Amino acid sequence: MTAYDVLIIGAGVVGNAIARELSRYRLKVGVLEKELDVGMGTSSRNSGVLHSGIHYTPGTLRARLNVQGNEMMKGLCRDLKVKIDYIGKLTVAQDQVDIETLEALKTQGEINGVPGLEIIDRDKMEQIQPGVGGIRALFSPTTGIICPYGLTIALADNAHENGARFHLGAKVTGISKTETCFKVKTDESGSFESKLLINAAGLYSDAVCRMLGLGEYTIYPCRGEYLILDKRLNGSLKVLVYPAPRKGGAGLGIHLTNTVDGNILIGPSNEYVDRADDYACTADVIDQLKREGRELLPAISTSDFIRGFSGLRPKQTPPEIKGFKEFVIENRKDIPGFINLVGIESPGLTCSPAIALMVRDMVGEALPLKEKDHFVAERNGFPGLFHDLPEEEKADLVAQDPDYGEIVCRCEHITKREILNAIENPLGSKTLAGIKYRARAMMGRCQGGFCMPRIVQILEQDYGYRPEDYRLYSSNSYLFTGRVR
Amino acid sequence: MIHEMKRDLVIIGGGPAGLSAAAAARQAGCDDVLLIERDRILGGILNQCIHDGFGLHRYGEALTGPEYAQRHIDEINELDIETLMGTIVLSMDRERNLTVSSRKGYTRIQAGAVVLAMGCRERTAGAISLPGTRPSGIYTAGAAQNFINLQNIMVGRRAVILGSGDIGLIMARRMTLEGAKVEAVFEILPYASGLPRNIQQCLNDYDIPLHLGTSVIEVHGKDRLTGVTVAEINNFKPLPGTERFVPCDTLLLSVGLIPENELSSEASVRLETRTSGAFVDDTFMTSVPGVFSCGNVLHVHDLVDHVSEEASLAGQFACRYLEGDISSEPRPIEIAPNDGVRYVLPQQASGESDFTLSLRVTEPFRNRAVWVRDGDRKVARKKLVRLHPAEMIRVKIRKDKLENAKKLEVSVE
Repeated sequence: MTAYDVLIIGAGVVGNAIARELSRYRLKVGVLEKELDVGMGTSSRNSGVLHSGIHYTPGTLRARLNVQGNEMMKGLCRDLKVKIDYIGKLTVAQDQVDIETLEALKTQGEINGVPGLEIIDRDKMEQIQPGVGGIRALFSPTTGIICPYGLTIALADNAHENGARFHLGAKVTGISKTETCFKVKTDESGSFESKLLINAAGLYSDAVCRMLGLGEYTIYPCRGEYLILDKRLNGSLKVLVYPAPRKGGAGLGIHLTNTVDGNILIGPSNEYVDRADDYACTADVIDQLKREGRELLPAISTSDFIRGFSGLRPKQTPPEIKGFKEFVIENRKDIPGFINLVGIESPGLTCSPAIALMVRDMVGEALPLKEKDHFVAERNGFPGLFHDLPEEEKADLVAQDPDYGEIVCRCEHITKREILNAIENPLGSKTLAGIKYRARAMMGRCQGGFCMPRIVQILEQDYGYRPEDYRLYSSNSYLFTGRVR
Repeated sequence: MIHEMKRDLVIIGGGPAGLSAAAAARQAGCDDVLLIERDRILGGILNQCIHDGFGLHRYGEALTGPEYAQRHIDEINELDIETLMGTIVLSMDRERNLTVSSRKGYTRIQAGAVVLAMGCRERTAGAISLPGTRPSGIYTAGAAQNFINLQNIMVGRRAVILGSGDIGLIMARRMTLEGAKVEAVFEILPYASGLPRNIQQCLNDYDIPLHLGTSVIEVHGKDRLTGVTVAEINNFKPLPGTERFVPCDTLLLSVGLIPENELSSEASVRLETRTSGAFVDDTFMTSVPGVFSCGNVLHVHDLVDHVSEEASLAGQFACRYLEGDISSEPRPIEIAPNDGVRYVLPQQASGESDFTLSLRVTEPFRNRAVWVRDGDRKVARKKLVRLHPAEMIRVKIRKDKLENAKKLEVSVE
C-alpha cells in the first residue's frame, strides 16, 4: 500500500494546482485520477477565459480568489510555458439601463480589486474592437485567454518533476478513516494511505463526500456546448465582447471567445443533465449556436465549423434554482485531515492557483510546511511552443534535430518531435487524446484525417504498439480491433 | 540556417495531379521542374486505393491505384525530374516565395511559376456537426482505408457508412471483404453521391443496402461507438417517427471532399465558393500571375484519368507562362453556371484557343442537353442520356465560336 502525506482526488486544474503548490514542500504528495489522463473533465472542456473578477459579490471566495488567481497566472504561465494572453474584455451597454449596470459592475470590480477598469465611449470602443456595437462599454484589461488543458497538464508535469506522484486510471471506490490516516481504495490501482485527503473531484466531489458519510452536497451537472471555428477567422476578435448582463438573464449567455491557438469558440449553452459524464452534443443546441454565432460574426461560413464539444459545470444549485452558490473550500473539523472542495465551477480555472494557496495553508495547519531545497518552479525539458518561434530559430532547431523538420499534422504544422515529446510525456498518459492535448495534432480543420494514421504509425514503429493497444481516451475506447489479416 | 533556392517551376503535391503536371511541363520544354511531396513516397492518395478501375479512360485498362501511380512515377523518373519527398510547403506568398520544411531543414524557394496540386481532404464528423457523443470508432472513409490497406489495421467489425461518396462505397466493399458486417450506407440526399459503377460493384454485388434520403442523426457510446440513430430526412430535418437505432462499432464518413486550399488563400489566390477551389482561366492560371491550379485542389474529380489530363494541361501552360507566352492580363470572357449546373470551370477564357469546360449538374437528369450560350448565341451543346452530379461532364468549346463573346452561360435544358 502506497502511503502519502497528502492525497488529492482528481487531477483537474484545481487538483493539479494544489499538487504543484504542495510539491514545493517536503511532503509526499499523490494524486488519484479515474481517467487515463489529467484534465479530462471540466478542466479541458471550457471557454479558456481568464476572468477579471468584476462579476462576483465582494467578500466572496469567488471574488477574492479570482482577482488573486488572475494576477498569479501571469508568472505561473511564464514559468510553466503555458499560452496565455491578457487580451481584455468589453462588456457592452446598449441603453441607459445597461450603462447603470456597467457602472455597478465597475464599482463592484474595484471593490474586488480588479485593476484598470474603465468605462469607455464609442470612439475608444471602436479603437479596441472595430465594428463593435453598443453605446458604452466597460473595459477590463486583465481579462484574458489561456490554454486550459495546457495549464492543467503543465501543472501536473511540474508537480511530477517536483516529486508528486500521479496515478492515472485510479478510480476511488471507497474511503475509510482511521485514527491516523485515510485509507483509499481504487478499482484497479490498489489502495492508498494518506495523512491528509483533499477532495478535488469536481463533478464527482459529492460522491467523494458521500464516501466519507457527508451527505450535504449534491452536484448538478450543467452542460455547456461549444462549436469550434476554423482558424481562417482568427483575428476577427481583438478582445472578448460580452453583452451587459440583464436581470433574469442566465449566465453570461452565448458569446464568441478567442482561444490562444487562434480558433474562435461559440458557446456555451446552459442545460442541466442527469449524468456527470453526459458530454453529448445535441442537434438543437448545435443549430442554436450556429445561428447565434453567425449573428455575432456574419463572416462565419458553413465550412468554418470544425468540431463541437461540451463540458459540464459542477453546479451546487439545482435546475429549479439556477444561479451560483459560493465555492466550498473547507478544512473539515468533523473529519480531521479532510480538505473538501465542492462546486468549483466558473471561474475555477482562473482561481486555481489561488485555491492552491488557500489549500496549502489548510495543509499547513496539520503538517509542517518545510520548503524543499531544490524546488523547480520552471517547467524544464519542455521545448516550448515550436510553432510560435521565428522561422530562423525553427530552422536552427531542425538542423539540431531533424524530427523538427518533419511535419506530421499538416493543419497545425505539428512536427514529429512535438508528437514524440507528447508520447513521452512525464505522466505516462498513453491515449490519442493525450497526444492531442499536448501536441495539438488532430485539433486542426481536418481533425486528424491526415495525421492520425501517421501518429498510429509512429506508435507502432517506434513504440511497438499493436492494433489492440490504441485508446482514444478511456480504457474501453479502443481504436482498432486487430490486424486485417 | 535557412537555405535559399531559385527555381523555374515548382509543383506542390506529388499525387496524380502533380505527377502529370510535372511530366507535361518537362515534355513541353521546361528544364527546371521541382516536385514537392509531403509524404515519403510519390503517388498521393492513389497508394491506398488498392481497388481497380483507374485508367479506364486514359489507358483502356483497369489499373489499381498504385499501378496507375507507378506509371506516372516511372515517367517522372525517366524524365529525370527532381523531387523533394518528405517535404511540406509551410507558406507561400503572392510573389511565389515558398518556405518548405523537411528533415534536411528549412528552405526558401523563389519560384518562377507554381502549379498547385495539393489535392483535397475529407469532411469530418465535426464539419457536419454530427450530434451525439464522441466515442472511438468514427473514421473518415479515407482514414479507414489508410489503416486497412497501408497499415494492416482493422478499424472495426460492424460498420455503418454515412454518405455515399465513392470512398465510402469502396470501403463498404473493403470492410465486407475483410470480414466485417456492413449494416448499410445512409445518404442524406435523394440520390447517391458516388459513381453508378461503384453502387453496383461495391453495394449491390454484396447485398449492402443503400438508404437514400436518410442520415445519421445521433451517435451513441461513451467509450467505443455502440450504435447510431438514423432517420429519414425531409428538408434537412429528421422526419418524426422514422428514427431507428442501428447497432455498430464503426461509423465511416464519406460526406464530401474539400479542396485543400489553405496555401492558395495565403498566397491570396481567389477562390470560388461553388468549387472551394481556385478561380481559373482556360490556362488553369489562378488570379495570381504564374500560379496554376489543377486536380482535386481545383475541383473534386470523380476519375483520376481526368485529373491527369487536366494537370498535364496546367503543366504545359505553366511552362508556356515561363516562356513569356501567356499574359497576366484579365481574360475577356466570363463563364458562369446557370439552370441545372452547380459549377463550371474555367471561370474565364481568353477566346484565343479551344478549351474544355468541366461542369457538374445540380441533380440527376435524363435525356437533357448541356447548353453553352453567349447571350442568345449558341456556343456549344452536348446531348446526354444520363446526367448525374457524381459524374463530371466535359464540353469542348471551339475558339471560332467565341468571337466577341463576353459571358458564356452554361445550363441544362
